[in-house]
Amino acid sequence: MAEALLEINNLRIEATVYAPGEKPRNAVIVDDVSLRLEPGKVMGLIGESGAGKSTIGLAALAYGRGGIRLSGGKIMLNGREIRRASSTELRGLRGREVTYVAQSAAAAFNPAKRLMEQVIEATLKHNLMPKTEAEARAVELFRTLSLPEPESFGQRYPHQVSGGQLQRAMTAMALCPKPDLVIFDEPTTALDVTTQIDVLAAIKTAIATSGVAALYITHDLAVVAQVSDEIMVLRGGQLVEHGTVQQIIEEPREDYTRALVSVHKIDHREKLPEGEPILRAEGITARYGAMNEDVLSDVSVDLYAGQTLALVGESGSGKSTMARVITGLLPPREGTLVFDGNPLPGALKDRSREELRQLQMIYQMADVAMNPRQTIATIIGRPLEFYFNMRGRERDARVQELLDAIELGEGYADRYPAELSGGQKQRVCIARALAAKPKLIICDEVTSALDPLVADGILKLLLNLQKREGVAYLFITHDIATVRAIADSIAVMYQGRVQRYGTKTEVLTPPFDDYTDLLLSSVPEMELGWLERVLEHRRMESAGN
Amino acid sequence: MHPIVKLVTQRLALGLLLLFAASVLIFLGTQILPGDVAQAILGQSATPEALANMRAEMGLDRPAITRYFEWLFNALQGDLGTALSNGRDITESIASRLTNTLFLASVAAVVSVPLAIFLGLFAVRFRDRWPDRLISAITLTSISLPEFLLGYIMMYVFAVKLSWFPSVSTINDSMSFLEKLNAVALPALVLTLVVLAHMMRMTRAAILNVMQSAYIETAELKGLRRFNVIARHAMPNSIAPIVNVVMLNLAYLVVGVVVIEVVFVYPGMGQYLVDHVSKRDVPVVQACGLIFATIYIGLNLVADVVSILSNPRLRHPK
Repeated sequence: MAEALLEINNLRIEATVYAPGEKPRNAVIVDDVSLRLEPGKVMGLIGESGAGKSTIGLAALAYGRGGIRLSGGKIMLNGREIRRASSTELRGLRGREVTYVAQSAAAAFNPAKRLMEQVIEATLKHNLMPKTEAEARAVELFRTLSLPEPESFGQRYPHQVSGGQLQRAMTAMALCPKPDLVIFDEPTTALDVTTQIDVLAAIKTAIATSGVAALYITHDLAVVAQVSDEIMVLRGGQLVEHGTVQQIIEEPREDYTRALVSVHKIDHREKLPEGEPILRAEGITARYGAMNEDVLSDVSVDLYAGQTLALVGESGSGKSTMARVITGLLPPREGTLVFDGNPLPGALKDRSREELRQLQMIYQMADVAMNPRQTIATIIGRPLEFYFNMRGRERDARVQELLDAIELGEGYADRYPAELSGGQKQRVCIARALAAKPKLIICDEVTSALDPLVADGILKLLLNLQKREGVAYLFITHDIATVRAIADSIAVMYQGRVQRYGTKTEVLTPPFDDYTDLLLSSVPEMELGWLERVLEHRRMESAGN
Repeated sequence: MHPIVKLVTQRLALGLLLLFAASVLIFLGTQILPGDVAQAILGQSATPEALANMRAEMGLDRPAITRYFEWLFNALQGDLGTALSNGRDITESIASRLTNTLFLASVAAVVSVPLAIFLGLFAVRFRDRWPDRLISAITLTSISLPEFLLGYIMMYVFAVKLSWFPSVSTINDSMSFLEKLNAVALPALVLTLVVLAHMMRMTRAAILNVMQSAYIETAELKGLRRFNVIARHAMPNSIAPIVNVVMLNLAYLVVGVVVIEVVFVYPGMGQYLVDHVSKRDVPVVQACGLIFATIYIGLNLVADVVSILSNPRLRHPK
């Protein structure tokens, strides 16, 4: 067995939690986790939020965010214990032996400094090479990572490059001091899928050429399967399973791993359009305020009663703007909306209370969509009072009915949003929308802030409710897997236009137009060698053209 | 046009407009006061005929708007009129007073601004530990004491007991720079103590505000020293609020030093203004008002422009 670069034994990490209204208490974030990483190898750390994966990643730099304490166990880096090293020793290894790539490069780069200065900063700080040499190395890394104009790229400021480029620049920053180990903490999570695939390929190439070892942290098993040699599955701060990539995705031993592998495998057979559409949007064109450009141009879609229409697209495609138009927050410049056979006024103030009631909305961030100072009963009860004038016992009974419908049951009515988990909060938002007995609910990225398993639960709930209540969903998402799970028909949006529109089978069956092809083929699949296959395929295609 | 040129030009134009409005207010303010210059010269017992003659002679019987523009254009050409009390040319008298005031303010600023910013950085470095608390306590105490009291305490300690500095800060043109510096040492020290707390606390708050950012963590994970992280990574992103509070305090050093000048008998603008207010010398009051307004607006303009320039998104658009 080769000598270990990083060896973590029985690591225990604790933090003091200051919950509102309670005494500060000690929480165990990571409990008894061990891992071993050899030089040049890539280990994937996977788990849902709260699994402690980022915390373990940062522990490899002996760093704890906020009040986190590395309270027990051993962290051996290059043969020496670093958990209890002095701050001088730690400064010596951070940025030299171990470097870090953060989730959001947009936030992790200093907006006031040029990229080059930041990329070579650690290299210069540790006196690893003279400035000219470091700059030459940075340019070389920019080239390896396929950044545009590598010679002058470093002269730009962070706001002058795109999100995907910034994430690659961050990788260059991590590799510049020739570290032994790089911690990648969800490096592609904040990116669009079509960007993610390029960044993923760039990172993989850079790791391979530099021979650096890496800890790759993500919640997306399909992504980590493309870059890692081994995978560790974590849950609630404990190790669930450890194995090679192949073993984990092909023969998972633990139930939890099996659940992660089979996530997004909801079998939903599409319903075909029938009768009159509940919502018909025709030729919608819209722009914001004084902008000179239309954000939506000539968008026409139909949504049928009791069915789901998915609007799919990347950031900036206009899908959320479409939701704003339908809800009346942004009156369209051109085009008409017909709701249940009657024309629907474009502006919110022109709509009747009845029209408002029939059209409800669920948001991406459940925690900011609820008043933190109101109880769940107040939150769900508000539409009952507003639309149906329900009070007292009648209202309470209906609130409980709705809580049952979202599978929360007894005892939740008197709680506050802060006492609920992310998935439970989103369920409450669903109950609030249902309380108005709407015919249409607009779901704006309702599962994107949730962990995959929790998101699956929400999708299943939405499907059940649709079957029971006959409500239609306009489902806005960037995630193709979610679309497959819930949609009856799909509109693919690109640069404010509908690129492709039809039933789910029609849209997801070839032949594709170029954009849909790019979009669909960029979604990571849970199999070995997927990344190489897609890239090879794309190379052949472009060579063929 | 580069967006930054446009923004800066806008600010400059706005500053000029503001200055114009201030001049109108100053002029109106002195007009509303009971009595006028003629009354002031001739005194309470003057006959109506004498007053009328005097007004005609001084042009005071013309409409206010005519007099305003005459005053403004003269002021723009550097002619601030003649003082009523002693008949001297105001521009000449003010020039030496203003020089003295600016000298005192500069000495106080050169000490207090770097010190406040350094203490701010230092307080962030040792946040919630004893150096931070000590700095907070001392600066808070100094800002809580009235200026004159602080002035007399300094005078008692450093002039009377220790005899390090003179208690009266008289200066004249024949003194060397060092002699002048020695003369203003005590008032400059008091002013420093007065403005230090405000600037230091704002610096601390502005930097703490960006210390939560992800790029601070990035810098720490590069192995940088904590003080370097604060000074090189946090500070450049909090320049705008810091510059604003610094300029506000610099303005105070110029226009708000009346009390200190009186305590140390320093021949500056503040004393000059107070003397002539008590003598109802309207042209001098107007002139002082105009100069104070110019300095105040000018310094805030500088703060605005520096804030704009410190934003890389504006300096380097996409």
